[in-house]
Amino acid sequence: MLARILSVGLLAGLVAGLLVAVLQQVTTTPLIVAAEVFETKAADQPAATAQTVHDHGTHEHGTHEHGGHDEGWKPADGLPRLFYTSLATIVTAVGMALLMLAAMVVTGEEIDDRRALAWAVAGFVAFGLAPAAGLAPELPGSAAADLVARQIWWAATGCATAIALWMFFKSEKAILRALAFAVLLAPHVIGAPQPHELESRVPAELAAQFTALSLVVQASLWVLVGIAIGLLWPRLVRRPAT
Amino acid sequence: MASTSVPVSGSTERQETLRAAFVAALLGLSLVFLTGFAQPQLLHNAAHDTRHSLSFPCH
Repeated sequence: MLARILSVGLLAGLVAGLLVAVLQQVTTTPLIVAAEVFETKAADQPAATAQTVHDHGTHEHGTHEHGGHDEGWKPADGLPRLFYTSLATIVTAVGMALLMLAAMVVTGEEIDDRRALAWAVAGFVAFGLAPAAGLAPELPGSAAADLVARQIWWAATGCATAIALWMFFKSEKAILRALAFAVLLAPHVIGAPQPHELESRVPAELAAQFTALSLVVQASLWVLVGIAIGLLWPRLVRRPAT
Repeated sequence: MASTSVPVSGSTERQETLRAAFVAALLGLSLVFLTGFAQPQLLHNAAHDTRHSLSFPCH
């Protein structure tokens, strides 16, 4: 069983990750590179930040510093950057595929093409749409609250939504469905950590375009992982040891 | 005799399945943590564009 999960997870993640790496290269990466130009310009000349959301008499930055973005090693622009971004996307896709397979196996779900796709769509709703309702996908240089607080809220919201969806679709009892709805809403009632100042260094048009594209890229990754799992799982049946 | 051996082998199979799922989940979580959440500068910079484009919180 473990060998089957690992081989399907690896293969599905590899295929989906590679395809999405190509998609990123023509959608989100050019916007990130464009945003970095504004970010660097704004950091060099803080007084002339024409692209901020609103003017401040005393422009203070530092509340949402870029976390030492220019410090330490980072892949050079061009091929090295493409390589590491693609590698990270493939590794993420493999991780997502393994988590989805583990969840389907534990809940006793039969794995076929339709069910795998349905779980992938639910995965996107849980870990893409629901966290985005509180923390919009953002470009480098956007205003943001403390990183760890946002990471915790993001992960907790994803898990809560996933559990809520599972409870809702797998339970016939009205009380459990009502509870699922409460679990779904809870992270949003608590609220995501927000920046103290709504001060972004990137133009709003770029940020809006990036938010939409980033959700499309994430949806594509989930759907491709789901399709790949649905296709591969029935074909990689463990052969009986003879 | 045969009737008692069926549930035993069934539960052994279930245990094996759960163990496999646990290992897969642990591995999957570690991979997603490395690319999406880990703080060290090296990992952050290598996975930077992926974190942004898959809407993980970054910076």
